[in-house]
Amino acid sequence: MTATVLPPENLAPTGAGVQRGRLYGGIAMIVVGLYGVWAFGLGSRTSGVDTRFVLNLSNATGLTLPDLTFPAGPVALVLAVLAALCGAAKLALPLSGRRNAAVMGVFLLSYVLAFLVWAAAGQSLNLAAVLEATVLAAVPLVLGALAGVMGERSGVINVGIEGQFLLGACTAAFTASLTGSLWAGMAAGCLAGGLFGLLLAVFAQRYLVEQVVLGVVLTMLATGLTGFFYESVMQRDSITYNQALSFPDLEIPLLSKLPLIGPVLFDQNIIVYLAMALIALVHVALFRTRWGLRTRAVGEHPTAADTVGINVIRTRYLNMFAAGLIAGLGGVWLTIGLNISFNKNMAAGQGFIALAAVIFGRWSPVGALWAALLFGFAGGLSTAVQPLQTPVPTSFLTMLPYLATIFAVAGLVGHVRAPAADGQPYTKG
Amino acid sequence: MSEQPTEKKAAPAGEKAPPGGLRRVLDEILQGSWLVTALAVVLALFFGAIMIIVSDEEVRGTFSYFFAAPGDALSASWTAVSEAYGALFRGAVWNPESSWNVATAIAPFSETLTEATPLLLGGLAIGLAFRSGLFNIGGQGQLIMGAICATLVGFTVQGPVVVAAVLAVLAGIAGGALYGALVGLLKARTGAHEVIVTIMLNYVAVSFLVWLITTDAVKNHERNEPLSKSVSEAAELPRLLSWLPEGGGSLRLHAGLLIAAAAVFFCWWLLNRSTLGFELRAVGANPTAARTAGMSVGRSQIMAMLISGGLMGIVGATQVLGTANANNALTPSIDAGLGFTAITVALLGRASPVGTVFAAILFGALQAGGRAMQASSGVSIEIVTVIQALIVLFVAAPPLVRGLFRLKGAGGSKAALASKGWNG
Repeated sequence: MTATVLPPENLAPTGAGVQRGRLYGGIAMIVVGLYGVWAFGLGSRTSGVDTRFVLNLSNATGLTLPDLTFPAGPVALVLAVLAALCGAAKLALPLSGRRNAAVMGVFLLSYVLAFLVWAAAGQSLNLAAVLEATVLAAVPLVLGALAGVMGERSGVINVGIEGQFLLGACTAAFTASLTGSLWAGMAAGCLAGGLFGLLLAVFAQRYLVEQVVLGVVLTMLATGLTGFFYESVMQRDSITYNQALSFPDLEIPLLSKLPLIGPVLFDQNIIVYLAMALIALVHVALFRTRWGLRTRAVGEHPTAADTVGINVIRTRYLNMFAAGLIAGLGGVWLTIGLNISFNKNMAAGQGFIALAAVIFGRWSPVGALWAALLFGFAGGLSTAVQPLQTPVPTSFLTMLPYLATIFAVAGLVGHVRAPAADGQPYTKG
Repeated sequence: MSEQPTEKKAAPAGEKAPPGGLRRVLDEILQGSWLVTALAVVLALFFGAIMIIVSDEEVRGTFSYFFAAPGDALSASWTAVSEAYGALFRGAVWNPESSWNVATAIAPFSETLTEATPLLLGGLAIGLAFRSGLFNIGGQGQLIMGAICATLVGFTVQGPVVVAAVLAVLAGIAGGALYGALVGLLKARTGAHEVIVTIMLNYVAVSFLVWLITTDAVKNHERNEPLSKSVSEAAELPRLLSWLPEGGGSLRLHAGLLIAAAAVFFCWWLLNRSTLGFELRAVGANPTAARTAGMSVGRSQIMAMLISGGLMGIVGATQVLGTANANNALTPSIDAGLGFTAITVALLGRASPVGTVFAAILFGALQAGGRAMQASSGVSIEIVTVIQALIVLFVAAPPLVRGLFRLKGAGGSKAALASKGWNG
């Protein structure tokens, strides 16, 4: 297959495009910030009452922090003004790269805090619980996104992460219940994801099937297979085939005693630690090792990589298999990581969110981590805010990360660029 | 690599630039033989049969002494599979055991067509976007927006029968079309990839729907489960076969089928006979060439997504106004996975309006039959999803099917669906 030259109109935006992104993005941030000033800072909900933030999990055993209590109105006002100023900074200053990201970060953080101060005005909110919910929700997303990054960096688009989650979750619950060994369940779940990844790679590379289509169809296949298996085997005898099991929490000495983050990050089960290790491992491997250099070469310019003796197709197969193991682990988390038995379609679109995290995180493992945390936070937040009886429906909070992703791919928060050969099968000649 | 693409053969000099992306898809798909499709169906049913055998406990029991008495295992397998597929056939096409009158005789086929109606409309929507070089995964979101608009109009307007139903369907079209056009607009103006935008908009639509049916203005106050008010009876789509004696009233086939038939004709006319359709196909085939020829690529993309979304909006309207749910109301799962099934229908129908008709009827039959199969022989209907996915997978990879059946490659063994990646 000839690598067709891509038409320029969809590639990196020109200087004018960047300018426009800055203009629209900056104005949008200012408008949103000023709305915050009006609604959160000056609204009736925050006037004259205090907000209390609790900073410890209810079962925290280590060092604890005192609760934060402060007048809601002024604090929300200051935070919202800060957010609006970030928008003004984006509009006025030529920011790029890291600084742009920093401004966006400050904007998001201050705005979210302003919202929380407003939402919890006159009541109390457990921030530590929100953080824990964030971490737990981010685990599968970050694992799926890592898998996506590894595949796409080598030039294979993987829209089938959802399918890998479902297969991993189903196989893990089944194997663990049948054998009584959680480790066997984890191994089987990872392997299922790996084989799915390999299957996708073979169809993409050997049969040259369009990869987005392929991912969607394979996800359907996985949905059907796991649904069928659940209804005809697992559901009929759930004690033998589908128990709710979970790895025990491993408390890391000292670190788990840290205030706030200790119990959230360092008193979890093995899969959480594996996920943290894998982020670091894949990031270093991708940018600092021979394997990483080869992977990126294959994803950016396979012909050149082939010329210098890299086996393009084998690299892609291996990457997709290894990535599949990681995505499978994400599925494993959904059942035996969270102490939940398998259910039909239980991944509920998280695989597609992981795909968004790949793109939001600009095809980098650490970027994917931030994106996954952002998505996880939105989920944790809407759960935490629900009992506070705010006038904002929680459905709108759950929408936010999706809208943010649309803004990201529309280039309003800086441009994203995929690996050049992403999605193109390689054939010699 | 035994399946090297044989691209180098006889390209007449001076022909247009190498076709990229979806153009190649369509060329190949249109040349692809019916044989491959038929074999793909056979293969998929074969895998389905294996799943039925493996999941049946009695059959598994006979396999435990397979080497002592292989006949037992084989006959038990045959019984399980033939019972299941027999039930599927009886539920989808013809039931020889049914009592002899017209209404019961055509009941299975009425079910098939009822199931095929949304698949056909959805397949047309996705197929039209395909032809324009766009991959619309946002069917779910557009469908939901269409369903919402149709429902809001449906329970507000209290007009005579035809007027209310027409208004509700038009509202559905508008809702889906605007939601689709948003994707085209973002793509045309900023280059945002439609796949990501549509996936995200799906979730936005679902969240919006979940919120909307809890609001006081929309919620059904008489029920506990999340459900909107029902549309007025005038807005329901009339049933087509209720005039048949002896049980015609229970046949679910509704006027949505007529809308779908009109949509087939519209899509065929649009793609093959209209200027806009020519532009859509040109942009889908080669955007650079289309631009050079003076066409507006962005406008075509917006129009393609507008029409595609509008068709998906009709699916949403028929989901509410037709016979798909007993309450004729919005539920959180109003989309019933149709946004994704429609993609497979479009792929199987080779993105052509006529092909989509056959694909939709096949998948509609599988779904209608699958329900009968679940009811009579206890085989989970999920198997239908597996069979559908496998059919499309095999159709997308003709070399695999040809290899499995030891057929000579008729023509090139090129990709059925070529890739374009995020940047294209």
